[in-house]
Amino acid sequence: MGDLIKNAVDWATSPTLYFLEFTLAIVLVLRFRAFFTKKIVITGFFVLATAFFVFAFGDPNFNRIVTKPDNIPIVILLATVVYFSWLALRRGYVNDERVKQGLPTVEAEMGKQKVFTWPDLVYIELICLVLFTAALIVWSIKIQAPIEEPAASARTPNPSKAPWYFLGLQELLVYFDPWIAGVLLPSFIIVGLCAIPYIDINPKGNGYYTFDERKFAISFFWVGFLLFWVSFVILGTFLRGPNWSFFGPFEYWDLHKLEPMVNVDLATYFWTGLLGQPRPVEPLVRELPGILGLLAYFLVLPKVLEKALMKALFDGNRAHLIRYHVMMQLLLWFGLIPIKMLLRWTVNLKYIIGIPEWFFNV
Amino acid sequence: MNKLFDYIKNTQIWRSIMRHGYPDTPRNRTLAVLSNFFLHLHPVKVRRSGIQLSYTWCMGGLTFFLFLIETITGLLLMFYYRPTAELAYQDIFALRENVPLGIMRELHRWSAHLMVITVWLHMYRVFLTGSYKPPREFNWNVGVILLVLTLLLSFTGYLLPWDQLAVWAITVGTNMARATPVLGHEGPGAALLSFGGLDFIHAGDDVRFGLLAGRFVGEGALLRFYVLHCVGIPLAAATLMAIHFWRVRKDGGISGPL
Ligand code: HEM
Repeated sequence: MGDLIKNAVDWATSPTLYFLEFTLAIVLVLRFRAFFTKKIVITGFFVLATAFFVFAFGDPNFNRIVTKPDNIPIVILLATVVYFSWLALRRGYVNDERVKQGLPTVEAEMGKQKVFTWPDLVYIELICLVLFTAALIVWSIKIQAPIEEPAASARTPNPSKAPWYFLGLQELLVYFDPWIAGVLLPSFIIVGLCAIPYIDINPKGNGYYTFDERKFAISFFWVGFLLFWVSFVILGTFLRGPNWSFFGPFEYWDLHKLEPMVNVDLATYFWTGLLGQPRPVEPLVRELPGILGLLAYFLVLPKVLEKALMKALFDGNRAHLIRYHVMMQLLLWFGLIPIKMLLRWTVNLKYIIGIPEWFFNV
Repeated sequence: MNKLFDYIKNTQIWRSIMRHGYPDTPRNRTLAVLSNFFLHLHPVKVRRSGIQLSYTWCMGGLTFFLFLIETITGLLLMFYYRPTAELAYQDIFALRENVPLGIMRELHRWSAHLMVITVWLHMYRVFLTGSYKPPREFNWNVGVILLVLTLLLSFTGYLLPWDQLAVWAITVGTNMARATPVLGHEGPGAALLSFGGLDFIHAGDDVRFGLLAGRFVGEGALLRFYVLHCVGIPLAAATLMAIHFWRVRKDGGISGPL
């Protein structure tokens, strides 16, 4: 029985399934939020999660990876992110129901009352401070900060992992070259975050929880933050072992587990597969299919979607055209991630454009 | 006993420090906040919804609290830590072996991890309550920079123990910079900056070299990261936090329905 569960979990956490399950979970939770925001659901989740933890703790492989001192924060991250996502969705759902009945939101009702900073706020702050100090001291006494062997530039540890909060980016290295995964995408994340208040001009949902009034914005952030950031950090911490190969939570980290690399460039598919001739030598000719494809993706697609999306997001007001196009460029870069992942999983695509001569691989 | 307290409370010394009685009347509660340097970060009165734990999750405040813990424990660690390739590892090791019940390093490390989590959750909360919408667009942007600085603080600190974990994590992290378009020697476009067969951008002068003060993570990188970690980034972050808190007030306090 125990082994059956372990094998099932190992199978269900393979990168492809893991990603699809997470996506499905987000869609289901948002769609059926009336059910998922019930208190019994979150209680049930944490009870089950704890039960699983207790069960899994006995397994040496699971135990080794979860109790690594530096991995404890990631368990905390997982628990808090689940809880707070639930809390926000619940408060949003309650507000949406109230608005449907013509009542003010919870925040609007409570906000009418003002209270003194001293004592109401100061006491909350004091209690938080004391509790957190105590928790940190206990944690620090119980668990020693790790220190490994002294640095040796000749001996590369396997796996070599970036600090945990960057593991999402390291996971992207599976699908992209470093200039995209490590430079362009992080830059776009920062630029994109900064741009959010200037792109999202929906005046509703300012200062209270809601879902109905900001469906697109909130779904987008759930996908971006929960799926592409937090879930990747968890994947990178717990499920990636030597050589960045995938290992289920109960699997032994075997140094010799090598996943076969049989990835093929788009150019090869096009010239050899489709046209049955050798790949041209001149890079720009050889990569023409990929170049045209990406140009169409970044330049033609926004134009094609312009009318429909402008209407849906900006009431068709052409004064917001710049907002629309900036948003689209950011979204399309973001969209390149799942596209590349799907192409990799389905047809083993290596590069859409592959010009290693110039380090220009997409 | 009461007499003694009354006497103390009426001395010139006491009254020069505390300008009001115990804050149990509206007047004294107002004065308590207004006349205290730290409390006057806050307005005198706040919306009840704004101080609800389930509204703010207290995550901004906790991030700040953790930043303070980092500052205090970090300062103490600096007394014992010398950022050179020979001594760094030894000093950290000595801290663990020679200090009974020493938990400064633990406090510093676990709080740093937590701070990354709380700053993410804070951003998540601000997004989900739509608190980046006017008039708070600018403060959201200050926040984004604080987020980046928090990650950089953590990242630069990661190198300092100078053990295998540290050096290789930073190697993996900074290897990305090699591939910076145009400015990294393995980045697209770098080859364009080549004149008469001489490469302008190479492993000895690209952005990664600038970051590490060398071609690999060595002593130069250690010193650079140390200075950034202990002085540069904390100063920048503290300044931006001051602006951040100031703007929270100027934008009308914790957000609420308009
Ligand atoms: C070192 C990092 C940070 C610290 C210490 C910090 C601290 C705070 C504090 C104490 C508040 C008061 C309300 C609350 O606790 O939620 C606040 C509000 C705010 N923060 Fe931050 N913050 C940080 C990072 C960020 C980030 C990363 C963002 C967004 C990207 C952000 C955006 C905002 C905004 C827009 C408000 C106003 C929210 C409202 O009025 O409801 N901050 N911050």
